Amino acid sequence: MAGTKNHDYHILEPDILPFLGSVSALLATSGGVLTMHDMAAGKYVLLVGFFGILFTMFQWWTKVVREAHEGHHTPVVQLHLRYGMITFIASEVMFFVGWFWAFFDFSLFPSEIAEVVGGQWPPKAIEAVLDPFDLPLLNTLILLCSGTTVTWAHHSLIHGDRDGLKKGLWATIALGVLFTCIQAYEYAAAPFAFGQNTYGSAFYMATGFHGFHVLVGTIFLIVCLKRAYNGDFTPKQHFGFEAAAWYWHFVDVVWLFLFVAVYVWGGWGAPIH
Amino acid sequence: MATTAEHFQAHDDAAHHDHDHKPAFFARWFMSTNHKDIGTLYLIFAIFAGIIGGAFSGMMRLELAAPGIQYLDTFARWFGEANPSFDQSLHMWNVLITAHGLIMVFFMVMPAIIGGFGNWFVPLMIGAPDMAFPRMNNISFWLTVAGFCSLMLSAFVPGGTGIGAGIGWTAYAPLSTYGATGPSVDFAIFSLHLAGAASIMGAINFITTIFNMRAPGMTLHKMPLFVWSVLVTAFLLLLALPVLAAAITMLITDRNFGTTFFDPAGGGDPVLYQHLFWFFGHPEVYIMILPGFGIISQIVSTFSKKPVFGYLGMAYAMVAIGVVGFVVWAHHMYTTGMSVNTKLYFTLATMVIAVPTGIKIFSWIATMWGGSIEFKSPLVWAMGFIFLFTVGGVTGVVLANGGVDDVLHDTYYVVAHFHYVLSLGAVTALFAGFYYWFPKMSGRMHSEFLSHLHFWVFFVGVNTIFFPQHFLGLQGMPRRYPDYTEAYAYWNEISSIGYVIMASSLVIWFVNIIYAYTMGKKAEDNYWGEGATTLEWTLSSPPPFHQFETLPVIEDKGHH
Repeated sequence: MAGTKNHDYHILEPDILPFLGSVSALLATSGGVLTMHDMAAGKYVLLVGFFGILFTMFQWWTKVVREAHEGHHTPVVQLHLRYGMITFIASEVMFFVGWFWAFFDFSLFPSEIAEVVGGQWPPKAIEAVLDPFDLPLLNTLILLCSGTTVTWAHHSLIHGDRDGLKKGLWATIALGVLFTCIQAYEYAAAPFAFGQNTYGSAFYMATGFHGFHVLVGTIFLIVCLKRAYNGDFTPKQHFGFEAAAWYWHFVDVVWLFLFVAVYVWGGWGAPIH
Repeated sequence: MATTAEHFQAHDDAAHHDHDHKPAFFARWFMSTNHKDIGTLYLIFAIFAGIIGGAFSGMMRLELAAPGIQYLDTFARWFGEANPSFDQSLHMWNVLITAHGLIMVFFMVMPAIIGGFGNWFVPLMIGAPDMAFPRMNNISFWLTVAGFCSLMLSAFVPGGTGIGAGIGWTAYAPLSTYGATGPSVDFAIFSLHLAGAASIMGAINFITTIFNMRAPGMTLHKMPLFVWSVLVTAFLLLLALPVLAAAITMLITDRNFGTTFFDPAGGGDPVLYQHLFWFFGHPEVYIMILPGFGIISQIVSTFSKKPVFGYLGMAYAMVAIGVVGFVVWAHHMYTTGMSVNTKLYFTLATMVIAVPTGIKIFSWIATMWGGSIEFKSPLVWAMGFIFLFTVGGVTGVVLANGGVDDVLHDTYYVVAHFHYVLSLGAVTALFAGFYYWFPKMSGRMHSEFLSHLHFWVFFVGVNTIFFPQHFLGLQGMPRRYPDYTEAYAYWNEISSIGYVIMASSLVIWFVNIIYAYTMGKKAEDNYWGEGATTLEWTLSSPPPFHQFETLPVIEDKGHH
């Protein structure tokens, strides 16, 4: 479409994916409502919407990678991608601010009127909390360690060491999966239930959304690993990898705040499971 | 602004006549990656949503025209309640105010001013060929439509007491949690999730575009003020909306999955919801008005044939409003039982915002001072804006006082205040921008006579609606009630008459659009003449499908 373009910006062809993704999102949320209210066909609508979103994302980022190979990602377009990722992570930070806000409201000002809370934190109804210096500390070390392995992969990539790139990514992904498994085990073994009181609400929703972000970050890294095997990424141009690494560090930092605030400080003095 | 526009203009036109072919209908409008087409889609969508939201307010003014309950059961039948009980009729009132508020905020003002004018003119004004992420630009639009569909769905399914979501645009818990258990409320909440995701992606797009795609030589301090306003707005969106997303996700889990964020029985705190909501909600009101400030600055400067007075002060006043706007949220919550010290802080912080706002008002006046003023329709609308926004701003300073607000909270005084800054402020800025840029977008001139007529009828109409509401509020009439005592009848009737005047001004507007497309003169490149100096005036009207294929170069001749 573009004729004699004398600039380095990327002018795109028309694309149906945004429309498709939006319809899928509407189906997913509508299906979600129907499912939550046990109404007809809810699950099917939700599933169609969910897979529509996955399909859109897969196609979309496949296109982005293809466009990178076709040389559309000039230096200024790479700069766009950097700004886009930084601002996206900034918005994610504010999302977690909301959950931390709820946590600190409940823990600093525990309800006097609710019997299940009884003016104390952790609330009366919480008989025991998780020992922060048991598996949560291990998980902290695992994530910190994964931060170093992803840096190992990055430096290998910059220095042209493809083997180191793959090894670093494999290690990071393995640590990410290990974190998720330990977290799932903790949830299953936790001495308090989801919801029911402020502790069960704030704890599970904050750590749960973090866990979801770990999953997303792990998938992002797996995509990078696959691309590394495909021969993608050069020492000079590998923003897909860098975005995954930034995202991973962001997830790591959120965990550090969760560990210090929710696990250590938030459970201080309570009986340990 | 000094540019070498003439150079590339010639080149651009020549280059374009050969291959300026647009995609076919479906590809062009459903698969668009073109900032101007997406801007047009946003504007059409906003007009459509505005008509629906305006119809809701018409239903409200009809019911409020006289004391007693007259029409609510009829309205409830329209939405599918076969035989509405009295409570279900009253619930219909809550549905009306909720739908009106949500539609006007999320699906009319924001899509029009940021999605519409922002998309159209940010790239043009900074000399860029398109937005930084053209494909993401399109999903921002369609997700907004998806959000609107979800909100429309909510109006036709059970919401608790009756059909539809009657939770107010603020969706305060516990009314929005165990106070309204039907699926309608979930549809309404998810509509905010969808529209919010759309706006966050839009914000990312604008920030990236403005930082990275300014034409060579256009430093941040040479950027037109409209671009500055969209930049600040984009940061507010980026940082405020995710907090709303967290809050309404808590609503969803409280409603459906047994969490107790806002349920006192489980130790939860309904006031927490208000904090989270207004931490978003207060920046949100600046999100709606800042781009309007930008539009007004362009227009006042254009028709005074002078650079805007105090350019840097104007830019940084918007930055200051944006920053301080994040630390004043609890002035919406003075009556929740907060301590006197907290009220003191929020009163002080809120009043501080009057300083940068005053800088803007006085700088617009100073821009006109000694200018060679031409009273074309955009300037008339802009002057209307300055007057009406000042009235709304002054009542805002009144309401900022924690002590005074104890009395005025949730009265019609508040309704009058925020409609003066939004319905009369933001919407007036929208119309100002519309008449300023419509010929640039469409290629056809509107009728100046009809535009002026539209302005005067609208101006009389909105003031007739909302000025009496100050009196009603001071007399103690609470907002969000469908009925009132005889004592409030007089000014309510006047207010409803004002609605009819305002609505008829919109007919003039539509006639004007039809006039432009049928009889309107073809618009020249720069139909406003020497005062219009930003880059969009160097392009044809409408601009080529892809503009600036050779980037313009901004020469260094000092500021604006």
